[in-house]
Amino acid sequence: MDAPDRATVARELHDFIAPALSGPIGPDEDYFALGLLNSLFAIELVVFVEQRFDLEVEVADLDLGHFRTISRLTDFVLAKLAGRAGLAA
Amino acid sequence: MTATSAPSALDGLGADLAAAACGQAARWDRDGALPVAVRGAAAKAGLLTADLPVGYGGLGASPAQVGELCARLGGVCGALRALVTVQAMVAAAVLRWGTAEQRTRWLPAFARGELLAGFAATEAGAGSDLAAVDTRVRAVVDGREPTLELTGVKRWVSFGQVADVVLVLGVLDGRHTAVLVETDRAGVTRQPVEGQLGLRAAQLAHIRLDGVRVPATNRVAPPGFGLSHVAATALDHGRFTVGWGCVGMAEACLRDMAEHVLTRRQGGTLLAEHQTVRALLGRAAVETAAARELAARAARWRAAGAPDAIAGTVAAKYAAARTAASVAGTAVQVLGAAGCAPESRAGRFYRDAKVMEIIEGSAQVAELHVADHLLRRTRATGSGGRR
Repeated sequence: MDAPDRATVARELHDFIAPALSGPIGPDEDYFALGLLNSLFAIELVVFVEQRFDLEVEVADLDLGHFRTISRLTDFVLAKLAGRAGLAA
Repeated sequence: MTATSAPSALDGLGADLAAAACGQAARWDRDGALPVAVRGAAAKAGLLTADLPVGYGGLGASPAQVGELCARLGGVCGALRALVTVQAMVAAAVLRWGTAEQRTRWLPAFARGELLAGFAATEAGAGSDLAAVDTRVRAVVDGREPTLELTGVKRWVSFGQVADVVLVLGVLDGRHTAVLVETDRAGVTRQPVEGQLGLRAAQLAHIRLDGVRVPATNRVAPPGFGLSHVAATALDHGRFTVGWGCVGMAEACLRDMAEHVLTRRQGGTLLAEHQTVRALLGRAAVETAAARELAARAARWRAAGAPDAIAGTVAAKYAAARTAASVAGTAVQVLGAAGCAPESRAGRFYRDAKVMEIIEGSAQVAELHVADHLLRRTRATGSGGRR
């Protein structure tokens, strides 16, 4: 799999997250703060990100608010993918 | 990981223990405890955390293999299956959200059964709504190693009477936090629960934490992730094993019923010759097969790492618990006096199955989750998902 570009990652994250909310979600909105998500969504999102982008979310990744907005999650995914490419090179 | 179509030694996991337990489970239920030797045998056979990676002392079993294990144990003794459920729940949470040091420290001990784990989330004011937990966690720095101090009362902890360590869900500075608390620490008191409706051999306890201090390194994941990630991972795993245990319960009841109607004569006729009895059997057989297929689907999705696995596991547990309750009820009815007798497996499962519809997410909460998942999929594929 070629490394996806930023727009692709952001769109795929949006397409997974938005249907879990009743309305649209902006790239910098904290979807957890909206209070609309059920209690399973946080781990579903982790599993989705891991499966879709073939990466592993570890405990150290939880702390920095990576998972709270689409923009930050996009940054996180791209950084993880870049880190992996760096290791492989 | 090891999920292949080739036959494996792990395919028969727990068969020996289930066979050995078969004639004794009714007594354990009456005594309100699993014998220590049975816990030891389960640990020795690697059943407590079979799906942990081999590197942490597990067997690397696939979700399907763990599922069949739980069906096998569940078909004999709900408490024995519950022993596997709680140990594996806590292990799953530590595997997923523990640091490398925490995994190395705890997981091999869980796998070997040297440490028996409990999951302490429920409180008097927090059942289905675990977000309402009121156990306070306070960071204390008194010059030596950083510690956490816990105060609260946890209820209905399976194997809480004998657990060496419990994974406690509390609140630290307003944020949900998961902490492993050894039960021999000062300030831990346990009150055994006896005579509850079902799972009577599961050695339940209410656990009071009164200013209990543990090293800060016992905290699993950062504050704020204790419920949404740590407890959620444990509960997801728990639903999976409970669901499969319920499949085993329903299948056992079905077998007991079928054998009974083929031997029991009333008014010169075998019960099996009565159409009304056959209709009950047919209904129970279809429900049971459907529950098994949903549990198998959840196992496949889990093996594939699919995001749908979480909702799929909720659906499987929901269906299987309902089925176990329904089929056990039918079995008691068909067995009649034999079903009501003290030694009756169907009677014991009838009580246990009701508990299954409540623990690890009640039937009503499960319905909401499954509906939510459906609506999300509909929004994703319809006009509402994309802008």
